[in-house]
Amino acid sequence: MPDGAAPVLAVSGLKTVFRTRGGEIHAVNDVGFRLRPGELLGVVGESGSGKSVTMMSLLGLLPSPPAEVRAGVVLFDGRDLLKLAPEELRGVRGGGIGFIFQDPMTSLNPVFTVGFQIMEPLRRHMGLDRRRAAARAAELLDLVGIPDARARLADFPHQFSGGMRQRVMIAIALACDPRVLIADEPTTALDVTIQAQILELVRDLRRKLGMAIIWITHDLGVIAGIADRVMVMYAGQVVEEAPVAAVFANPRHPYTRALLETIPHVRGQRAPRLKVIEGQPPILLAAPAACPFRARCAHAMPRCAAENPALRAAGTGHAVACHWDAPAGREARHG
Amino acid sequence: MAEAARRPLVEVRGLRMYFPITAGLFRRKVGDVKAVDDVSLDIFEGETLGLVGESGCGKSTCGRAILRLYDITAGSIRLDGVEIGHLGQAELRRLRPRMQMVFQDPQASLNPRMTLAGIIGEPLVEHARMTPAGRLERIYALMDAVGLNRAFANRYPHEFSGGQRQRIGIARALALNPGFIVCDEPIAALDVSIQAQVVNLLEELQARFGLTYLFISHDLSMVRHIATRVAVMYLGGIVEIADRDMLYSAPLHPYTQALLSAVPEPDPEGESRRRRIILVGDVPSPARPPAGCRFSTRCPRVMDICRRQAPELLPAAAGGMVACHLHTLQDQPTAGRTGGPRAAPREPSGQIQQGELR
Repeated sequence: MPDGAAPVLAVSGLKTVFRTRGGEIHAVNDVGFRLRPGELLGVVGESGSGKSVTMMSLLGLLPSPPAEVRAGVVLFDGRDLLKLAPEELRGVRGGGIGFIFQDPMTSLNPVFTVGFQIMEPLRRHMGLDRRRAAARAAELLDLVGIPDARARLADFPHQFSGGMRQRVMIAIALACDPRVLIADEPTTALDVTIQAQILELVRDLRRKLGMAIIWITHDLGVIAGIADRVMVMYAGQVVEEAPVAAVFANPRHPYTRALLETIPHVRGQRAPRLKVIEGQPPILLAAPAACPFRARCAHAMPRCAAENPALRAAGTGHAVACHWDAPAGREARHG
Repeated sequence: MAEAARRPLVEVRGLRMYFPITAGLFRRKVGDVKAVDDVSLDIFEGETLGLVGESGCGKSTCGRAILRLYDITAGSIRLDGVEIGHLGQAELRRLRPRMQMVFQDPQASLNPRMTLAGIIGEPLVEHARMTPAGRLERIYALMDAVGLNRAFANRYPHEFSGGQRQRIGIARALALNPGFIVCDEPIAALDVSIQAQVVNLLEELQARFGLTYLFISHDLSMVRHIATRVAVMYLGGIVEIADRDMLYSAPLHPYTQALLSAVPEPDPEGESRRRRIILVGDVPSPARPPAGCRFSTRCPRVMDICRRQAPELLPAAAGGMVACHLHTLQDQPTAGRTGGPRAAPREPSGQIQQGELR
């Protein structure tokens, strides 16, 4: 992985396991990445690829049991978050690292006003008194583009639309000036025209506030428009990591390549038939000893069944976990 | 699809589906949610009509109303020339084999206590006289058609992945050889890599059995892939309907333009250069739709007349139909779909985007 400015967040060797009646599910296997100040790291993968579980593991957000973070180091602010006491970790969660969840409907408390929910972290983590917290909350609502911010502090979540609720969630996450913002599929539950509003807001906030962002999504279109660097996850591990332009112009992992081929487009050429990735992602009953994508891979070879490929350098800032040497460029675009 | 056979299989005229809003102890009716408000459309035999729009626009209600899963408030629905808009349940039941539905959530639409063979065979038990052996034969044939292994016939839905469950739902919809299938967000719950499998299957089955689809989706790129014609819905009404290529290359209605412009493309370079139309505000409530044009509260090109008078869905000069004063005000397009002498050319979508505002 490339070195640049000192990362604000550095994760290595993260392993998370879920204990279920059917056995252990190895949801995250040896995941590592670095987040540089001010950058937006897009994390792409399908459901079950471990992208959300990875990020929730960092902050101790997974219920345990069944979840168990088995190994790993998460360096933030010179401390290993995995070794912090629950009380200290709570300080990090509200203060240094903000989190935005997918569904703004269920992640706001319906019985408290929006103002109360924005003021809560301000009073708890920043020790503001009621008046100053209220003023700051109004500022925050204004910052995320909610008209008539001061008056709306007294409203309850159901009085806001889906897009507005997601803006409130963003305001809460931004409350304590976090240096890192983790957004877990923040626009997936929203309609496209509302998603466009939120993406525009995030672009704007980055310009104004300059925090580093981890943006989890399954939508490659969203990633293309917003990310600086992209990490592709499959079956609980990182299969490719690269600057955004390189991922789309020169994907090196067969999974990334196939994913880019399978999605239809609204602009440009229309393919007569969609390319398909046959089969399904594996169920991770054990930490994979072989490449987890090999059963669906067009380039699988004997070595793939014998050895799980580790991330290796494949160009500037580009890393891939694959035994196959991909030629430059994309697969032939059909249509 | 086939241009030759332009016979409408489904004709919908003035369809209205209102849900009452009640209040108080005696559940007095205080208003209506106008989920579908005056929708007229034709679905031609063998085609796939895409019905797109954002959540709450009434597209699913529209699909369900066309299949008469509701008692509709007003309007006419003809299936293969037969009026079904106001038929009773018994008569509808006789027609059910000809029109089927594939639901969004294969988890919720399959009975967890029935085996796969039981689920796929249920329509056969209900509607077809068959010996058990004949039925099993048919079940196997359907499983083959949708790519499910025959060995799974006695398993239960929870043993299958989302994509496979959707195949079960499709097999059940096909069991009685329907001509018309409403696919209500059939891929929305599936992962990207599985969506293509299901969409390709739907296309294969259409070619093989001559099916007609109403494909309801909010995924504009997938609709562009599968549909032959596309109808765009906003707040209970259709704002534009046109052939797929026409709609995507030169959308006429400002809402269609904004909707298409809002879809992010997996192309970082293009995304950084592309100018987007960012609509302000949210969709109004269908219980209190705005006066005049439905879209007037968010339209970047709103005019005075739009707030007073609702535009009708009329044939546009350049083809298709559009409900917008911008396109119907000056030249009343009596000329029809093929375009008349006063036909304004469809503007390429890039030029219309001057209305970029936030």
